[in-house]
Amino acid sequence: MSLTVLKAGFIPLVDAAPFIVARELGFAEEEGLDLQLSRAPSWSTLRDWVALGQIDAAHLLSPVPVAAALGLGGIPAKLNALSVLSINGNVVGVSTVLADKMRAAGYRFDFEDPRAAGPALMAAVDGRLRIGVPFPFSMHAELLYYWLGAIGIQAPQGLDVRTIPPPLMADAMARGEIDAFCVGEPWGSIAVETGVGALILPGKAIWARAPEKVLAVRESWADEEPDLAGQLVRAIWRAGRWLGQEANQTTASELLSRPEYLDVSAEVLERSLSGRLVITPEGDLRACNDFVVFHENSAAFPWRSQAAWIAERLAARTGLDRSTARAAAQVFRADIYRRALASLHVDLPGASEKLEGAITVPTEVASASGTLILAPDPFFDGQIFDPAPES
Amino acid sequence: MQETLSIVVVEQDRDRALLIVDSLRDSGVHDIFVVSEETALARRIQERNPDIVLVDMASPSRDMLEELSLASGATERPVAMFVDQSDDGLTKAAIEAGVSAYVVDGLRPERIKPIMDAAITRFHMFQRMRTELEATKKALEERKVIDRAKGILMKARKIDEDEAYALMRKTAMTQGRKMADVAEAIVTAAGLLS
Repeated sequence: MSLTVLKAGFIPLVDAAPFIVARELGFAEEEGLDLQLSRAPSWSTLRDWVALGQIDAAHLLSPVPVAAALGLGGIPAKLNALSVLSINGNVVGVSTVLADKMRAAGYRFDFEDPRAAGPALMAAVDGRLRIGVPFPFSMHAELLYYWLGAIGIQAPQGLDVRTIPPPLMADAMARGEIDAFCVGEPWGSIAVETGVGALILPGKAIWARAPEKVLAVRESWADEEPDLAGQLVRAIWRAGRWLGQEANQTTASELLSRPEYLDVSAEVLERSLSGRLVITPEGDLRACNDFVVFHENSAAFPWRSQAAWIAERLAARTGLDRSTARAAAQVFRADIYRRALASLHVDLPGASEKLEGAITVPTEVASASGTLILAPDPFFDGQIFDPAPES
Repeated sequence: MQETLSIVVVEQDRDRALLIVDSLRDSGVHDIFVVSEETALARRIQERNPDIVLVDMASPSRDMLEELSLASGATERPVAMFVDQSDDGLTKAAIEAGVSAYVVDGLRPERIKPIMDAAITRFHMFQRMRTELEATKKALEERKVIDRAKGILMKARKIDEDEAYALMRKTAMTQGRKMADVAEAIVTAAGLLS
């Protein structure tokens, strides 16, 4: 059987794993695809590659397609998210200078409580906090502003936010350009490895179920190539299911560590896949369940309410109205996802929206063939986001 | 007489920056400024308040420019990624050449085109040079491995150079592999067996 070439791009991050595994372990081939992967030098370049047709699919930050729909940041085409590649997976880290001050002030580095970490961080800073995020439209920025905003900091206005590509984050900290960062793995662990920083929070401590990266395509491509889109969604879904099995973590780390992918030691990569992170250069270990999730509890389902949350946050910050934000939520294509997985008889949620933050214990919900279990998704401050408020 | 355009070129390599500036000068009278440092890139550019920013798509610092498109203070002019819907060809050519541009909203396409054409030509040349350099480097490395493998075969099988070469070529052909891969395997195996 001849394979159809499908070009895709990724940024060297642990959560690019579904693309890499789909190619390397034959899940793409099983669907008749020759999935060709290119490593992109920056988020804006990756976005432009997919928007302008250099490639057809990309590992993108979940807020990028939403921002594009809102007309933010000069994005030249409509982008759609066909599935969620990964849930969670970011870390907040501080420079060793700041870490020392925080420790001296009694901070315990519990790696789980944003209410303790926030004030401890802000008390240790002289002046404005200089913090690095990978991209203006990123879950990193959203989580950071949500967290610091909820503890009374004007975010982002009260912060000195710097855009720094993930692989350069540790360097920027080493050069003293930033006091803190929020970045995807393995780049937080690299800062620990090189002795320039310590980790204070996993992203999931701020929002337990944050959609991190999405499988993004041009909207026109999704409409014109429904078959290819289906094949791709299934290949990526199978890769995610494989990644969700604990027994595969070591193999996955080895694959990702190859020079053409992340080019980082497998041992460092396995930390985030297993949720056992070294958080200080002194070697303090912390365990974190669901540090990054690829599959369990319908992780890949592109909930429109996730897009709506992102859209509302972006709209509020950039002065756009709420109706514009509502329309932007449609870029998470639950419809395409459902169609693609129909042939696999995967049990899918009955609804495409949910109250974000409302699930505090594993909960059974109605699904196509009975019930399925959704994982807890609370925000650290207990807020609940209703995607369809009374007007 | 048209007003002079203010252009910022983001480029760390000094030689490349000079070449780009030269090409742009050829396309008209412009006020060109090169930024070579990544630190506080967005702020530096905002201070210049340029009409056009040109940057290598391969540069990771490009993401820092995205902040510009969000800046909306009273004194800052909105800068948008170059997306001229009327000239899809130009955008595509720019992407293929690996140059991206941020252009002030409302700048007329006919003013942008000569600058983009010049930049695209120049970046195409950079790309060709880069590809050539990589190809040369790879060829040299392969040549070295093949020579070493040849030496190993000559010694082990007591054959001359031509025979060793022919043997490797035959093996590569029957196994459907590249000559360099066969040579690599010989060198690795010899290393393990010695």
